[in-house]
Amino acid sequence: MLNNFHPNKIFTITSKAPKYIFAIFIIVISVGLIEALILSPEDYIQSDSVRIMYVHVPSAWTSIGIFSLISILSFGILFFKNKTFPLIAKSLAPSGLVFNIIALVTGSLWGKPTWGTWWAWDARITSMLILALFYLIYIMAWRIYENKNQVHKITSIIAIIGLINVPIIKFSVDWWSTLHQPASVNLLSKTTVHSSMLVPLVIMTAAFTLFSLLIFLMKYNTELIKIRNKGLDRL
Amino acid sequence: MINEIILMNGYGIYVWSAFSFTLISFAVLYSVIKVQLVKEKVKFNAKFANLTVEKKQTVKAQETYREILANTSVYKI
Repeated sequence: MLNNFHPNKIFTITSKAPKYIFAIFIIVISVGLIEALILSPEDYIQSDSVRIMYVHVPSAWTSIGIFSLISILSFGILFFKNKTFPLIAKSLAPSGLVFNIIALVTGSLWGKPTWGTWWAWDARITSMLILALFYLIYIMAWRIYENKNQVHKITSIIAIIGLINVPIIKFSVDWWSTLHQPASVNLLSKTTVHSSMLVPLVIMTAAFTLFSLLIFLMKYNTELIKIRNKGLDRL
Repeated sequence: MINEIILMNGYGIYVWSAFSFTLISFAVLYSVIKVQLVKEKVKFNAKFANLTVEKKQTVKAQETYREILANTSVYKI
């Protein structure tokens, strides 16, 4: 059924959607920045350095979410030979990598005033670095291999192996003694973040999700036109 | 007020660096992807313009190309 959902049939939507998503993104990120930098209160222990959380946490969440999605799509590619998923998975990867790098860099900028060091080989930080390596290997594999079947198989295997790292990132703070604090925002249990800080965090997460959607659609359109360009050569 | 926002109790350098790095990364990623997209569209337009009339008709008749042509400048002109 999913194979009937052909990329070309949704090109009209994906080519027009970016301009609207870009406009919504600008509005949401503007509100988020005002909330995060001006309106939200400082933390009673971390003072104003807590504001780094508003870019660090959403970027970490988004990069982990994107990689999980790529891995799920990879199951469809590898086991059900789905023809639409490879293009979607490939188009998701660039924004996932950039969000991962942002999470590492902003985490480092948070670590210096909070822990007194730019970097620590802590379980959470190291597992996030491993995720960045998986993103890099995944993107490189798409560039290196030219045979369609081979590239689909190899990139899917990389993504599925990388999925093992996702629960390690999530539970690293519980399984090992780490510098990184345990999760404060929980879907299944009580969130310990005050609403005055939770609101900007949610707004910034929405903005980052919109940006990743925007980049995904633009990359998807690029890949689709690239395929059609090759088709014109064969005419 | 302005000084408070800039200095942020001595954490300004870390906070502003984090937000600047994030926004610059967004701008760079957006620009790179946009350039790639425009480059592919230009390439498609150039290839389409060089086709013979018969081949252009064949391309326009195919749904796979019609969707792209409808969203590129050559077809609109």
